[in-house]
Amino acid sequence: MEYEPVIGLEVHAQLLTKTKIFCGCSTKFGAAPNSNTCPICLGMPGVLPVMNKKVVEYTIKMAVATHCRINRENSFARKNYFYPDLPKGYQISQYAYPLAEGGYVDVEINGGKRRIGITRIHMEEDAGKSIHDENQPSSYVDLNRAGVPLIEIVSEPDMRSPEEGVGYLRRLHEILVYLEICDGNMEEGSFRCDANISLRPKGEEKFGIRAELKNMNSFRNVQRALEYEIKRQQYVLESGGEVMQETRLWDDSQGVTHPMRSKEEAHDYRYFPDPDLVPLVISEEWIEEVRKTIPELPLRKRGRFVKEYDIPPYDAGVLTASRDLADFYEEAVKHSGKPKIASNWIMGDILGHLKDDKKDIKDSPVTPEALAKMINFIEDGTISGKIAKEVFEEMWKTGKQPKEIIEEKGLVQITDTGALETAIGEILEANPAQLEQYKQGKGKVFGYFVGQVMKVTKGKANPKLVNEILRKKLSES
Amino acid sequence: MELNRLTIHELRKKLKEGETTSVEITESVFNRINAVEDKIHSFITLMKDSAFEEAQKADKAIQEGNMGLLTGIPIALKDIMCTRGVRTTCGSHILENFIPPYDSTVVKKLREAGGVFVGKTNMDEFAMGSSTETSYFGITRNPWDLERIPGGSSGGSATAVVADQCIASLGSDTGGSIRQPAALCGVVGMKPTYGRVSRFGLVAFASSLDQIGPLSKDVEDCAIMMNAIAGYDPNDSTSVPADVPDYTKSVSKGIEGWTIGIPKEYFIEGIDPEVLAAVEGAIKQVEKMGGKTVEISLPHTEYCVAVYYVIAPSEASSNLARYDGVRYGFRSKEGRDLLEMYKMSRAAGFGNEVKRRIMIGTHSLSSGYYDAYYKKASQVRALMRDDFNDAFKTCNVILTPATPTPAFHIGEKMDDPLQMYLCDIFTLSANLAGIPGISIPCGYTKSGLPIGLQFLAKHFEEEKLIQVASAYEKNSKIEKRRPDL
Repeated sequence: MEYEPVIGLEVHAQLLTKTKIFCGCSTKFGAAPNSNTCPICLGMPGVLPVMNKKVVEYTIKMAVATHCRINRENSFARKNYFYPDLPKGYQISQYAYPLAEGGYVDVEINGGKRRIGITRIHMEEDAGKSIHDENQPSSYVDLNRAGVPLIEIVSEPDMRSPEEGVGYLRRLHEILVYLEICDGNMEEGSFRCDANISLRPKGEEKFGIRAELKNMNSFRNVQRALEYEIKRQQYVLESGGEVMQETRLWDDSQGVTHPMRSKEEAHDYRYFPDPDLVPLVISEEWIEEVRKTIPELPLRKRGRFVKEYDIPPYDAGVLTASRDLADFYEEAVKHSGKPKIASNWIMGDILGHLKDDKKDIKDSPVTPEALAKMINFIEDGTISGKIAKEVFEEMWKTGKQPKEIIEEKGLVQITDTGALETAIGEILEANPAQLEQYKQGKGKVFGYFVGQVMKVTKGKANPKLVNEILRKKLSES
Repeated sequence: MELNRLTIHELRKKLKEGETTSVEITESVFNRINAVEDKIHSFITLMKDSAFEEAQKADKAIQEGNMGLLTGIPIALKDIMCTRGVRTTCGSHILENFIPPYDSTVVKKLREAGGVFVGKTNMDEFAMGSSTETSYFGITRNPWDLERIPGGSSGGSATAVVADQCIASLGSDTGGSIRQPAALCGVVGMKPTYGRVSRFGLVAFASSLDQIGPLSKDVEDCAIMMNAIAGYDPNDSTSVPADVPDYTKSVSKGIEGWTIGIPKEYFIEGIDPEVLAAVEGAIKQVEKMGGKTVEISLPHTEYCVAVYYVIAPSEASSNLARYDGVRYGFRSKEGRDLLEMYKMSRAAGFGNEVKRRIMIGTHSLSSGYYDAYYKKASQVRALMRDDFNDAFKTCNVILTPATPTPAFHIGEKMDDPLQMYLCDIFTLSANLAGIPGISIPCGYTKSGLPIGLQFLAKHFEEEKLIQVASAYEKNSKIEKRRPDL
């Protein structure tokens, strides 16, 4: 029997606010354990939470960007469970009245477009971290992360393959980063994903029994875990068994999922409205104010790049991967007027070098203006495309302007027809055998001559001129 | 003269006129504590050293002409309000050694007003009780009859005031924990409107019901204390940014032309005849003062106890989850793994009444029971609020007995939680509706136990309570007695 996977994803994104959701402590990652804490995020007796308005603003941003309906009045609830890194014994979250509901994102899959529904987006506080000493029977708790703001984005069970799942995740990731409300760092846990997955016979309406997958800390792992889980569930079903409703942990090293807890062991979180926080009222004006701050989002930007700059959709996809990269590109186009050439340089040389140097586009030693100037030098014939590579290397290394480098190294292209004619004449004279071959119809030899010219001129000869003169001379001789 | 017997307003006058000093007042208070504390046990922790430092500072301030609202006045704090550097136990073993690194907002406010802190008073564990018998630190005895309870949970704050171990005190009231002990000890106690006084630093019992308020020797002192503690606090999202009036202006105004509502549901069978007689006397007195009394109905009154004992334990079960032995407080050394550490710390750290309420609350919030208990109770609670809103359309304030009986014997109700819960039957509704209430003395039983009268008003109308209580206090001529200790 052919089975169809049904996938829904829950994403937790850490918001990039300076302070925590209910107190004034810093959210900075990597501080000494328990240094970013105060009586409030430590859950000491008698303390009370006060809502950080920035968190609401950021969540509204995400809600608007994903076409959600914003609940004008929403409220907080307590999710009760015991764990050492949960200082109050409950997590303040939203339950019955989340900030946003009923949105969607469009995902491009294999050239087509799929609309994935978003059930809800709600705000909550993060828990701390437990650190277990492997050599001793003791554990440590670091509460720096306790109270860091999170949004949870719950999708509809709309995805039908691991590719769609990962496509959806990438879209969410991209939007969050574009909105500058989440740094998207999966390794540090600022973007986390749990997956619900079930199988059903193809054509069947009813959903099968689902498993929840946890502990996947990269897009690749999400893909692998979903693929594994599909195989596992298919095996269970095909051997006449039943999939258990349970939570399973992805084991990266073994590439399998392990059962973590069954439905019976699931927590009863005893949600109830948090009496310490008053309902949050969101005015139309506030939403409008936030809406104005939303930048052009990647999907729209992509479409515009294809149309406006006439570049292939693939290029547009790469160039809009981040807002900074897209801005870099547009700046380079603005100063050079050459969209496709700029795209080639950025996608090839700039991104390649950034990757090698583990740098962000913001830290590129070559500015878009400098890149544009270099492109202009190619276009006006000052340097050849080949020499440009050399110039670029130097720009990357030194951060110098292309003009400076070209002058310093004497890389200006030879466009002096007379000089080139002399050089070509000498080369033809020095290579009678090749000349003979050419005359007998071996067209390939043309390239040999070009190479010789370039060798003699150290690559500085204008290739177009070389071709022209060479062709002329060959037809004359 | 025994300075510790005087009121805030009397002492303020003396301090201002240089007739006495804060150090002298503080000395008289601590002399009294030395003399009677063994008999009644009002305090869990005394703050003698810092009190004298504060008194000296106060005297200096007075000399310099900087007299605040409470400069130099010795005040006791219920041990549920966090005090920076001074242990705050909440009457529990689990917080026996907890020293907060922060002051609660009310403590900060009292400090700013110049108050001198005498100590932290005894209370029912986590404010769960009506007799101060559930304290881990031992019982508090009623100064009027040492075989009887002082009421609770703010029992120590009431006995400290009536036994002149301080001039005034703060308590907290979740279902009557200020008004009931005030009534049983013969002092004035007010529970302000929910949101009037900041809860920041008040160890939470039931967050939607808890409110801090004063216990004092007379109504004018109650007004002064309210002036010191009321007001919006950005650290408490449930505190209300409403203007705070000068409550002392409502003292001695009279209630000519007022309508006083008498809710028929509060005059039930089982009410002690002496209490009933005293309250009926008070009704006549109010009429004599120019008030018109009308019978009103608060139809959902009969559900008070049921609703309260779902909502309060539900919130408590969550509020008390943080006492897990991980970060502070008592931790059992017996546990071999995490779960055992939790279970054993909480089993040994909490007393029976607290455990009972955690279990009730956990059950009420559980999936499958939530709708029938917590949700239903919240709905009925909304109806109670409506009851009061309707009632206040026809009257200025409501008059009721504060408690169904005078102080009962120690141990009498400890084995019967339901009987204990019924002690608060007249005070619970104000917490559920969020409205303010005040309890003032209205007489004594033949055996000499105080009887309390309660007035209730609309949200944020504490002024009316001060006005009616002060008028009653002045006109009723209730004999001013002192317990013989």
